[in-house]
Amino acid sequence: MVCMERAEQTGGIINARDMGLVCCRRCAQVWPDTTHRCGRCGHRMSVRDPHSLQRVWAMLLMGLICYIPANLYPMLRTRTLFSVQQDTIVGGAISFIEYGSYFVAAVILIASVVIPLAKFMAIGFLAISVTRPSSVSAHQRQLLFEVVEYIGRWSMIDIFVVAIMSSLVQLNTLVAVQPGIASLFFALSVIFTMLAAQAFDSRLIWDVQAQSEGAQRHE
Amino acid sequence: MDTSETPVPRTDLIVCPQCDAAWTLARPAAGERAICQRCGTVLITPRAKAGKQIIALSIAIAVLILAAAVFPFLTISAGGVTNSVSVLQAALAFSDGPLVVLSLATAALIVFFPLTRVLLSLYVLVPIVRDQPPARYASQAFRVSEALRPWSMAEIFVIGCAVALIKISDLADVSFGPAFWMFSALVLLVIVNETYLCRWSVWNALSKPAAS
Ligand SMILES: [Zn+2]
Ligand SMILES: [Zn+2]
Repeated sequence: MVCMERAEQTGGIINARDMGLVCCRRCAQVWPDTTHRCGRCGHRMSVRDPHSLQRVWAMLLMGLICYIPANLYPMLRTRTLFSVQQDTIVGGAISFIEYGSYFVAAVILIASVVIPLAKFMAIGFLAISVTRPSSVSAHQRQLLFEVVEYIGRWSMIDIFVVAIMSSLVQLNTLVAVQPGIASLFFALSVIFTMLAAQAFDSRLIWDVQAQSEGAQRHE
Repeated sequence: MDTSETPVPRTDLIVCPQCDAAWTLARPAAGERAICQRCGTVLITPRAKAGKQIIALSIAIAVLILAAAVFPFLTISAGGVTNSVSVLQAALAFSDGPLVVLSLATAALIVFFPLTRVLLSLYVLVPIVRDQPPARYASQAFRVSEALRPWSMAEIFVIGCAVALIKISDLADVSFGPAFWMFSALVLLVIVNETYLCRWSVWNALSKPAAS
């Protein structure tokens, strides 16, 4: 591992913003902070995205709104010789419990209920935490942000499972599985949550910490 | 928007895109890594001969995506009835009413976006590896490829197959077609490809004057 020197030898780690610089978040080229568009890749730049939190809350709200019908409407419609069964996400998990498949039920509940709700709360917490000094350290919040960003796309697995099941299980009159309308809302919820995480400017996490450290030093 | 004089980039510095910490640029040797000492983000991770390996992997990935998309990848049978589907058929399962949108999105996430990323990275990397000036619009191409990264979900689809199999196995017998193994190999290649790619090195190579 290569250790890089601090950009200014006096004091602690310095932010690019305090040096009058801005970094392109797509290609990491460093520019004077009067530059608005990266000359290397064309990406829009700002020292701090002023609308970051606004966009985070908007996307998060959309994600939450879509998550409600995703749970109320059926995700899968299973038609067998004698019956038609419509399962919501939680309903599907409950029927696996009734069959005694506790493991599958637990996987469904964790992946489709616990993780999405945890993501909403984590993003909300991050967005609130950067507006005031937080008791959770910047390192832990950065880690939380990276976990949320990493896990976000994996929630699409529910949609892919529905796609695979409803294309594969088409056995004439015997049994046929069809996707329910909830799958559309669930996919939208996942996409909006991903957009919320992408809209979050993680540099804000470190600003509040730098400010509070500065305040302590002055005391 | 832009000021009249062209701004000059600071090539002596590297700034962490995650936490905005500024560092004096020290280029690591091949196999070493430069890490932001404040937040732990990997900034530079060059590898020897990475370019050629990525190109080889990318070609393999493109072929596998196309093959896996059309050949049957799962076969189900119960009570004398069988049904086989390809990846594209699975993506297009959402066929009635408003769910058509979801069909298009799924096809994009598991076939079209991964394929686009691979083709863009070939377009960007081939001239660099051959020590030629960057291709025209190479920076924009690489930027699009990077923007598509979170939306390219082939590997998630493979894990989705495993989950679907667990759910179906009580209902019917399921067997794997050739495309299933292709798609699984594809996932491994995608992951290896991601670890080989040092984005900073690619961008640095693209800083050289473009071909005219
Ligand atoms: Zn840039
Ligand atoms: Zn950092």
